[in-house]
Amino acid sequence: MPSLKDLRMRIDSVKSTQKITSAMKMVAAAKLRRAQEQAEAARPYAERMERMLGSLASSMTSNEGASPLLAGTGKQDMHLLVIMTSDRGLCGAFNSSIVREARKMISELQADGKDVKILCVGRKGWAQLRRDYASVIVDLIEDVGRQRLGFDDAQGVANRVLEMFEAGEFDVCTLVYNTFQSAISQIVTRQQLIPFAVDEVEAAMDEESAAVVYDYEPDETEILDVLLPRNMSVQVFRSLLENNASEHGARMSAMDNATRNAGEMIDSLTLNYNRTRQAFITKELIEIISGAEAV
Amino acid sequence: MAEPFSFELVSPEKLLLSDDVTMVVVPGAEGDFGVLVGHAPLISSLRPGVIDTYNGDKVEKRIFVAGGFAEVTAERCTVLAEEAVPVEDIDASAAEERIKAANEAISEADKDTARNAAETELAVAEAMLVAGRGN
Repeated sequence: MPSLKDLRMRIDSVKSTQKITSAMKMVAAAKLRRAQEQAEAARPYAERMERMLGSLASSMTSNEGASPLLAGTGKQDMHLLVIMTSDRGLCGAFNSSIVREARKMISELQADGKDVKILCVGRKGWAQLRRDYASVIVDLIEDVGRQRLGFDDAQGVANRVLEMFEAGEFDVCTLVYNTFQSAISQIVTRQQLIPFAVDEVEAAMDEESAAVVYDYEPDETEILDVLLPRNMSVQVFRSLLENNASEHGARMSAMDNATRNAGEMIDSLTLNYNRTRQAFITKELIEIISGAEAV
Repeated sequence: MAEPFSFELVSPEKLLLSDDVTMVVVPGAEGDFGVLVGHAPLISSLRPGVIDTYNGDKVEKRIFVAGGFAEVTAERCTVLAEEAVPVEDIDASAAEERIKAANEAISEADKDTARNAAETELAVAEAMLVAGRGN
């Protein structure tokens, strides 16, 4: 039976934990709003880029001489997975769901006899994966967008991937990240980055814009050579933004749960405290009365 | 007077400008070109330079872009810029700093990719300085 003082101390400690979690929830909510606005603001560029790529790709009749970023290297032996997680924890199942998907994908690929390399963005995923896959982790990029997620951050990641691709270190590159659905639901997404999946873009284009025949200045191939790496950065940027919004959403709901749990715990501890206090008073009264009777 | 059409300037982070204009002059990779309403569909890459938007006969806005792409159709013109600064906000000393930094990067670069990147940066910074001087 804990003493009254013990109970009081426990209630106080849970109360201060609750204060922390509710403050974290508030911070996450503010950051989530900012992240959503940012994702919203980045959309026009990505859309227009996609439209341009779509019309370029449909005007390229043959794949001959096309950049390997578009056509692939002709092999599929070496896969690079870019695993995007957060740098900090306390955000529910956000990181572990990405890592679970990554593990599943790695074992699928390895079962097919492919080689896998991993590039980690964010410390948390790296910490979980390095136990089992230390030998295939190429690098860890951390503190991405710590202050404010900018396009430069995305470009850094994209350039790293591009460098590796040009050095012939892999054939296929896939991004694994969380797509933001709402504060309580994030969807783990795989997205193939290299070779770029043009079919999807073309399918997304409406017929009207596909019918326009563009002039190109300089020519198609030269524009594609510049546009494709650019598009890669845009894709990476978009996934970073999605991931960022998801992280804050996940943290917000995790902290909301924690705050509620702490509330319940305080209630039950307070009840316990009051019962013990009453029992203590009753016991003292009995002692006094029976002492008086004995005299 | 020419009819207005819609012009959009987009950076990866946000939509910078969406406006009705009568003419735009865009620094294309193979020379500046002017766009009026009803222009033939065109996709062009850009070199570092200044975009001028016209409303009527006078220049409305002058914006420096560090490169990117332009998509022109009969009823709109969209510029995907990498870095865009209004000309009046260009800081000449900052541009000079960038030129210096880029020159150092070129002399220190040990790989071709790094040198190319530094040379591009130098071209951007120089174009920025020239654009800023026109004030």
